[in-house]
Amino acid sequence: MIETMAPTPAEAEEPALVDGPPKMSARNVDVFYGEKQALHAVSVEIHDDKVTAFIGPSGCGKSTFLRCLNRMNDTIPGARVTGEIELDGNDIYASEMDVVQLRARVGMVFQKPNPFPKSIYENVAYGPRIHGLAGNKSDLDGIVEKSLKRAGLWDEVKERLQESGTALSGGQQQRLCIARAIAVDPEVILMDEPCSALDPIATAKIEELIHELRGRYAIAIVTHNMQQAARVSQRTAFFHLGELVEYGRTKDIFTNPRQQRTQDYITGRYG
Amino acid sequence: MAATSGHTIKAFDEDLDRLRALISEMGGLAEHAIRESMRCLVQHDLKGAAKVVEDDKKLDALETETEKRAVQLIALRAPMAADLRDVVAAMKISSVVERIGDYAKNISKRVPLLADRDIEPLSLMPEMAKIATQMVHDVLNAFVERDAEAAVRVCERDKAVDDFYNSIFRTLLTYMMENPSNIGQSAHLLFIAKNVERVGDHATNIAEMVYYAATGEHMPERPRGEDSFTEMD
Repeated sequence: MIETMAPTPAEAEEPALVDGPPKMSARNVDVFYGEKQALHAVSVEIHDDKVTAFIGPSGCGKSTFLRCLNRMNDTIPGARVTGEIELDGNDIYASEMDVVQLRARVGMVFQKPNPFPKSIYENVAYGPRIHGLAGNKSDLDGIVEKSLKRAGLWDEVKERLQESGTALSGGQQQRLCIARAIAVDPEVILMDEPCSALDPIATAKIEELIHELRGRYAIAIVTHNMQQAARVSQRTAFFHLGELVEYGRTKDIFTNPRQQRTQDYITGRYG
Repeated sequence: MAATSGHTIKAFDEDLDRLRALISEMGGLAEHAIRESMRCLVQHDLKGAAKVVEDDKKLDALETETEKRAVQLIALRAPMAADLRDVVAAMKISSVVERIGDYAKNISKRVPLLADRDIEPLSLMPEMAKIATQMVHDVLNAFVERDAEAAVRVCERDKAVDDFYNSIFRTLLTYMMENPSNIGQSAHLLFIAKNVERVGDHATNIAEMVYYAATGEHMPERPRGEDSFTEMD
């Protein structure tokens, strides 16, 4: 084979599809809402240093699956999850698993920015405080500053940390929510359509942020915007009717998918 | 993998169809140009040859049009997977077909310089061109039909064109050696044969593009006909 061009740094770091033990792995996950089965035998891995995108039409189960990864479905009456989901090889549905601790390790950012009706500072400080991550005020100040910096919001808010978080623009609120999620030093960040309520510029900032955060956290993102999945992720999982249809490298899924249903969906032929 | 049905947005299908139609139109013109250049060569039709040269402008314009529409389609529709491969293939194929038109033009420009009707390889040339133009015809049909198998079959025929070329090459060498006054004419015929041989090569290049567009895989390596670089012993 003739070498035509040196790989970019992003390409060079992923020679194989499966690389090292996964951060999280799901095997044969079924989810029921009462009698209705929402997910059928889903098996997916989420890796450190990679963004995994979940795509698929509305009602395909992608958000349901995302919510299984930090047991958010526990809060829904009648929801039942079977199968195995592991974080670093430990079953997150085991009886000894502390769900509050789990959600600190596996943070979540939602579709609509949902800052607490408190100051910008308090929004970020709340998590570290209840988890006892800061010994004193200056530790806490440090965590707040570091988190806001990592979320790309520090320069915009450093002069007004005591103002209400809800007074920020939509894009800033979403970055505040990301700062809040990373303040408790999570290992995995789940994002459920984090840009669908944002304008293109705010969306681009979040996407750039996802790119920067990738080196530090395993990230899983649900998105309706296929271009976004193509832009931000290295792995893509396509869901349809509660099944995982195809999982693979993002560049393969978007240039040469193996399954007809994936092909039809990403080229805009149904849904 | 081919698509099962039309796009949810119908105008997307129309854009893709229009692109395919442009490629077909270009292919038709290029085939005609090669056939006409051969007819003019055999019949020493200077007027016809001049028309082939003139008509090449249409191909150039269609290539520009194809590129413009492909860029628009990428910008406005953000095609993915097989659709994206199709659009990229259309852009590449249009520039190759335009090149085939240039070969026809080049052949036609040599027609006035070939007044000697007795030179024998002249009679082989239209036969060779027939295979090459049929390859162009079939490979563009394969593109429109997204038929990877048909593309592979086109490649297999390139050997016949290469064999013709090698045979003509040897014959012309003999001519030139026999009588140096034949060298001028023979050199022109050699260029013409080479042009036709290149048309066959371009058809196989298009076949590779069609195969990739249709399957997402690159065409497996195939045995190639050897070009003749026979030394004069």
